[in-house]
Amino acid sequence: MSSQLLKGNVALAEAAVRAGCEAYFGYPITPQTELLEHMSRRMIELDRVFLQAESEVAAVNMVYGAACAGARVMTSSSSPGISLMQEGFSYIAGSEVPAVVIDVMRGGPGLGNIQPSQADYNQVTKTAGHGDFHPIVLAPSTVQEAIDLTVLAFDLAEKYRTLVFVVVDGAIGQMMEPATLPPMQPLRPRPEWALTGATARERNIITSIHLGAEKLENFNRKLQDKLAVIEREEVRYDTLFTDDADLLVVAFGTAARVARTAVHNLRREGLPVGLFRPVSLWPFPEEALAELADRSWALLVVELNAGQMLHDVRAAVGRNIPIHFHGRMGGVIPMPDEIEKAVRNLVGKSTTELYTMSKEGENGQHGYRFSNN
Amino acid sequence: MGNMATVSATTEEVLMYARPESLENVYTHYCPGCTHGTAHRLVAEVLDELSLREQSILVASVGCSVFAYDYFAVDACEAAHGRAPAMATGIKRVHPDRVVFTYQGDGDLASIGMAEIMHAAARGEQITVLFLNNAIYGMTGGQMAPTTLAGQVTTSSPFGRDIQQTGHPLHMAELLAMLPGTAYSVRRSLHDARHVIQAKKAITTAFQAQLQGLGFSIVELLSSCPTNWHMTACEALDWVRDEMVAVYPLGDFKVSDELQKPRGKPAR
Repeated sequence: MSSQLLKGNVALAEAAVRAGCEAYFGYPITPQTELLEHMSRRMIELDRVFLQAESEVAAVNMVYGAACAGARVMTSSSSPGISLMQEGFSYIAGSEVPAVVIDVMRGGPGLGNIQPSQADYNQVTKTAGHGDFHPIVLAPSTVQEAIDLTVLAFDLAEKYRTLVFVVVDGAIGQMMEPATLPPMQPLRPRPEWALTGATARERNIITSIHLGAEKLENFNRKLQDKLAVIEREEVRYDTLFTDDADLLVVAFGTAARVARTAVHNLRREGLPVGLFRPVSLWPFPEEALAELADRSWALLVVELNAGQMLHDVRAAVGRNIPIHFHGRMGGVIPMPDEIEKAVRNLVGKSTTELYTMSKEGENGQHGYRFSNN
Repeated sequence: MGNMATVSATTEEVLMYARPESLENVYTHYCPGCTHGTAHRLVAEVLDELSLREQSILVASVGCSVFAYDYFAVDACEAAHGRAPAMATGIKRVHPDRVVFTYQGDGDLASIGMAEIMHAAARGEQITVLFLNNAIYGMTGGQMAPTTLAGQVTTSSPFGRDIQQTGHPLHMAELLAMLPGTAYSVRRSLHDARHVIQAKKAITTAFQAQLQGLGFSIVELLSSCPTNWHMTACEALDWVRDEMVAVYPLGDFKVSDELQKPRGKPAR
């Protein structure tokens, strides 16, 4: 297959089509609308299911129904729409049916704006609906990776009968890059647990209700066992110059793209800087990060939010190493020189100074440093 | 509930009133005197008579009928509160050759699920909806529903429903009949044998509408809730007859022309 210039949202949609997505339900919201529009044409051309729902709430519950019916199914939305879908995510998790969600994140809270943001980190990795569970969350940083991870998302959803998110921000959704699409996969046969009508077999029941404390606890134990397997088997991350890095930049998605450029520039100056890029936000690559952190003298976490992944970084590496934060919000994407400046600011400081800086910060918010650029 | 049987003069046992195949042989959790049991039986009889059991998929809802999937002997799932029509849409779009039906109460369908039911009907979604209207939230212990009658005392309208403050009862069968996607929208009652028979005929027609691909079909069934109305079973049925029917007139609000054509016995 040859490379072609593809817009992120279209690439995500076409990757899903080629991964054998049989049904799509969605609702228009910027900056993911091209994804829905692409599906509206392609799915009908291929005689598959496309439906524009009356709301995100309805869309996610249609996804839930189609997942129960045994179809490879997907929805997509952006941050405020993802908030509305939380109800359905929890039911999907509680029923253990597979589904894929693409979140093209934008700035919040509230209506916020339509600029790129990573402020959904908590809402997708931590609180995707009520109850004790985590969806698998994959965070590409290029259009090509968005394609590859979308295909993977369907496979993981089915393998573990779970919810899988692919999260990008408006920048990746809207940018055009050369990328190669995968070959078209055939549609999957219905799994045996699916609702297909109890023709000459025992009937299937799919529900998320387990009345009785012990019964529900037993279900939750089973769910936690599954999540433990996912935590062990499905950790994904990428590294750049980490072998000899004294200072580690930690970033995902678009923030990692900018950080990558900054790290290359700083290396040319001879500074021992590396980049650690979580690809699976859940499960978070905490062991790999902790191992690298042991060999570094400081971390700089860069996010397009007020510091959400930061808490997972802290949980992973503990307090053995000073952790600094550089975040931009509201759709502002930092330029590489801004990150370079933040790194240079840490160079040559004593460990004590670094700890003091990381705790006090320039503006004191959460004890972490915010840029006022 | 045991099966009633008669014994012929030759002492040979003849089963006159058997459990439909489409009902599981289990006890239900419904309160004594509640009409959910009647409604379940009617739906199951219709599924049997139309030979639909093996090709049907039920979407249960949140409310007293949350465990309907335990009672109907069909493939089944349990939707979030109010979202059964959306979930049924997802299933029906994937399996257009299957019969998909929801079973919802009035809080589920007419309050929290208003958007989902209206848009499923507006799309002409090929699903059948059994809508049990007992003018109260039963599962949570008798709070005011969107269908609660003016002046009706509930645990959340202790002075009687004040329509100046809380609005008027919603007439879902009439509302849904206004939408072009609706093929069949009627209201029936379960308060006595004659009306139960009429209700069953309507349920049959609603499933036939789906089988013929005519669009969205709904049967609203006026139902009793003796427990939360604080009445005996018989008093509750009388209350349906005397109070509810006056507010919720029985009748056919939308019957597709295709359904009105003369036809023989339902195909088996």
